[in-house]
Amino acid sequence: MTACLAQISSPETGFIASALFYLFAIMAGAAAVGVVVTRNVVRMAVMLMFTLIGVAGLYFLLGAEFLAAVQLVIYAGGTLILIVFGVMLTTKSPFARFEPKMAEVVVAVTIGLVLLGAMILAISPANARFASNPISAGQEYPMARLGQALLGDYVVPFELISVLLLVVMIGAAYLAKARKR
Amino acid sequence: MPLATLISDVGAPSFMERVIFGHSPLPWQAALYDCVLVAAVFLPAVSLIAMFGIWWERKVAGHIQSRIGPNRVGPFGLLQSVADGLKLLLKEDLRPRDADPVLFRLAPYLAFTPAFAAFLVLPFAPDFTFEPRLNVGVFWVLAVLSVEVMGVILAGWASNNKWSVYGAMREACQMVSYEIPLGIAILVGVMAAGTLNMVKLGVLQSGGLHTWLIFRNPFTLLAFFVYFVASLASNKRAPFDLPESESELVAGFHTEYSGLRFSFFFFAEYAAMFVIGGIQTSLFLGGWNDPLGLIGYLHPRLAQAWAAHPSMTSGLWLFVLNCAAVGMFVLKCLSIVFVQMWLRWTLPRPRIDQVLYACIKVLLPLSCVLLLGAALWQLLVPEMALQPWAQYRPWNPGDWSAHGRLAAFVVQCVLAMVGAGAFMAVIGWVAYAWMTGRKIKQRLTDPAPIADGVPLAAVGA
Repeated sequence: MTACLAQISSPETGFIASALFYLFAIMAGAAAVGVVVTRNVVRMAVMLMFTLIGVAGLYFLLGAEFLAAVQLVIYAGGTLILIVFGVMLTTKSPFARFEPKMAEVVVAVTIGLVLLGAMILAISPANARFASNPISAGQEYPMARLGQALLGDYVVPFELISVLLLVVMIGAAYLAKARKR
Repeated sequence: MPLATLISDVGAPSFMERVIFGHSPLPWQAALYDCVLVAAVFLPAVSLIAMFGIWWERKVAGHIQSRIGPNRVGPFGLLQSVADGLKLLLKEDLRPRDADPVLFRLAPYLAFTPAFAAFLVLPFAPDFTFEPRLNVGVFWVLAVLSVEVMGVILAGWASNNKWSVYGAMREACQMVSYEIPLGIAILVGVMAAGTLNMVKLGVLQSGGLHTWLIFRNPFTLLAFFVYFVASLASNKRAPFDLPESESELVAGFHTEYSGLRFSFFFFAEYAAMFVIGGIQTSLFLGGWNDPLGLIGYLHPRLAQAWAAHPSMTSGLWLFVLNCAAVGMFVLKCLSIVFVQMWLRWTLPRPRIDQVLYACIKVLLPLSCVLLLGAALWQLLVPEMALQPWAQYRPWNPGDWSAHGRLAAFVVQCVLAMVGAGAFMAVIGWVAYAWMTGRKIKQRLTDPAPIADGVPLAAVGA
């Protein structure tokens, strides 16, 4: 499997790698469109799951195995289950439908377009840089180095994010309790 | 033997690829070979494991409840699962009118595919691992198994049935909470090993019983049990089978399923049981290695001989050794699966609040303590910390005393002896129970007792 996944840059494996790339990219893109178009909330969650799996496949193609597995564990395995769980707990009708108002659609489309423009602006110079100096994908992914970076050089931001998450969790628990009274 | 030479480099052909294609296959050949391997070896193997597992579960249940279990179709009832499978194929594929048509159909596949994908990294043998170079092997299995839950939840939700939704909600609660102790218990083992790659894990533990990670330090020993309990819960096996508790929820999340779609859930469950046993085996119980370390001793030598002179004989020997390793791995996995079945038919089912209490107030703090303890252990009783990983030779006591690491070595040996003793005790216990059971069964099949020369039935008693 790695023979075709890892050597994405070599010309002989190019066909298989690009076939897999288009497979995953189409899957992620189509499912993302599905998330926006579908009205049923649980179906949206399933579409989102296919998007996440497609993106995880793209990470695998790039040789970022750890990122791919984290994507699956945290988003597909954790966040999505919580979304579906929340829907099951809160909805009254059997199949919750999501009917946005016209104003909401306009605002969402505007924000989406602005973000898309910003990302294109940010990516295109980086893209040119990579084209001249491509990253050789498929090298052994430095898991150990990632761990050392997280607990070494970047330990302060890492811990700050953990504290932030803790604060968010306590806040959510407090709000949920306050609403009950 | 440096570890780096034991695992081929990225893109290098595996043993079987070299046997089949010559030295290095073309990319399309490698891709085709992988596809054929998945379709012709893994899919039938997973189905066989699931079918055999179902038969075995019924046999174990029969023995535990003093029954015989399936014994009509084929020898020992072995073909019962095949007959049941055929029956399920012919059943009508029902869908409730108010169920979500798309999700209802999709859910069984979502449950089965991840369990199947997890098989691709299980290290059956040093050269018989589908993807030996995946550096996040253990994590990958965790990831795909967490996707499997989505299938179960969707099945419950899409059925539009109150029992199913209850089952799905319980599954969601259970999975989300038990994933944490499960992950931390795996982390304790991974910390002791220093790698997530499943083949490297196997090579690391190739020096005999005392090098198995379960005996590496007291914390991994406890983590083994924490992992086992948490994995039972995350795979909804009894006593944590609340998502389908048949005494209250009919059949829980798969109440509305029939025919082949129903059987997919069963296949997923039994495949996941094996996968969970596979992680436990490769992370704690030495993977494909036998307790004496013979496979670990022979494999590097045979592999080197074959690499130097790729002849028929050396290749055959390497192949035989790998087959033995597969046998060892499957034996260990099946023993763990057996314990899972044994627990299912002996323990009563707790309530959902008790299940969550056990996770959040017992297992979670325990696993956090284990994580801290394992970290402190690495700090205070370092085992070969000065040695680069590639030159780790756990089976050579001289190395340990030379580096002043005798304490860690002694601890490992003592733990291994305790573990071996406990294992023998369990085996003895099972053997004793089996003998007693045979005696009781014999007494039951004896001819009816006769009172005063007249059969009791004739008296009308």
